[in-house]
Amino acid sequence: MRTKSSFKTVVPTMLLALMLQMMPLPDWLDFVRPDFVTLVVMYWVLAMPERVGVTMAWCVGLLLDVTQGAILGQHALGLVLVTYILQLEYQRIRVFSLVQQALVVFVLLLIKQIMVLWVYGLVGHAPSLQLYFLPSLIGAIIWPWVYLLLRSLQHKFTVSHDF
Amino acid sequence: MQPLFLQGPSVTLRAVLLVVVSVVVMVADHRWHHLETVRGNIESYIIYPLRYTINLPSQFFRWSDEALTSRENLLAEKHKLEEYQLRARVNLQKLSVLEKENARLREMLSAQTKVGELVLVAEILAIDLDPYKQQVILNKGRKHEVYIGQSIIDAHGVMGQIVHLGKYSSTALLVSDPSHAIPVQVNRSGLRSTAFGTGNSQLLELRYIPHNADVKVGDQIFSSGLGGRFPPNYPVGRIVSIERPAGESFSTVLAEPVAHLDRSREVLLVWHNPPVKDALKIGKSSVTTEGEKSDAH
Repeated sequence: MRTKSSFKTVVPTMLLALMLQMMPLPDWLDFVRPDFVTLVVMYWVLAMPERVGVTMAWCVGLLLDVTQGAILGQHALGLVLVTYILQLEYQRIRVFSLVQQALVVFVLLLIKQIMVLWVYGLVGHAPSLQLYFLPSLIGAIIWPWVYLLLRSLQHKFTVSHDF
Repeated sequence: MQPLFLQGPSVTLRAVLLVVVSVVVMVADHRWHHLETVRGNIESYIIYPLRYTINLPSQFFRWSDEALTSRENLLAEKHKLEEYQLRARVNLQKLSVLEKENARLREMLSAQTKVGELVLVAEILAIDLDPYKQQVILNKGRKHEVYIGQSIIDAHGVMGQIVHLGKYSSTALLVSDPSHAIPVQVNRSGLRSTAFGTGNSQLLELRYIPHNADVKVGDQIFSSGLGGRFPPNYPVGRIVSIERPAGESFSTVLAEPVAHLDRSREVLLVWHNPPVKDALKIGKSSVTTEGEKSDAH
């Protein structure tokens, strides 16, 4: 019953994030596009770690792989790692201020990008690194707004009362 | 009442399991291409509706642009196109004579004549993919009998090939992607090579060309059709620079693709060695000397 209602907000926001990931942008903006999907997954793991866990992160990662034309499992692997770290540390990270959280988010986004880069390297087509990590920085900068927006959505649809 | 702590071991176990699954899936997908159906199904039933929705605004702008154009503009454009059509027809007349002559000569040599190719116009959806990969999404898929490995061309030359297939959409890898290679031939000297993508949409690299090979800046390169994946004799690029570093066994030859990789909006899917009956049934047009090119839809 409660699970059903919780997914009413989680699933649409994740689909929305996937759409933002595919939204056409001018070329120069394309290289700084933050990883919306990872940001949204991170929020929901922090907000309700007992419901949004590694399995869900993996499934979303697989969808992200298909939308990005990546090797299946490439983003999924990164998302599982990030989610796992959050699952271990969510109680500490929850009480952080937004700025401190943004720092943690930056590190986690970097970890995910490094995993993706690593797979690219393994198959022999590593992209150039000049701007590669910029999306992580942008992601960390917009984290407070993502957080506030998703939290207001969460409260509006009263997904859960424990955050 | 929720537990204060998540059950540690089970989370760790699941995470480790999923990491292993990810690695297995990656190997299965990348090495053995076992998961194209899975990818196709996810693409068709979950991702395509999202892509379609994202593409709507750009489609709307195009539509309103067309709907709100003034009569004068349309007339001017019509005249321009008519003139262009006339010129094209004149050129094609010459081409048809040449083609007949070519066929006659081939008959005399008892060589097989070239089979005409079937084409279908597809539209590139306004979708951004990974900026570090050179890929585009087309609005034609398995339903239109597109197949994996099919070549796509635009009005200027070869653009790439289909790598993933959904029901209503497909993903094409462009010739400029670093994981792409196309067998080519230098038009002037007949020299064969392979053009690799560089990740830069303006640059291809021709590898394994010895220092003494007959190749010059400005030479046109065409698809050679070797390997059977691409149709032969379509323009691929133009050579822009040649370096012959002493001490290296091969020259560094760079070419610029002639297809408008980052500007085209409409592309052609090509069926060479076509299953003619089936293809005609769903309304694809063939490239003939009369040059009729009509959209299937």
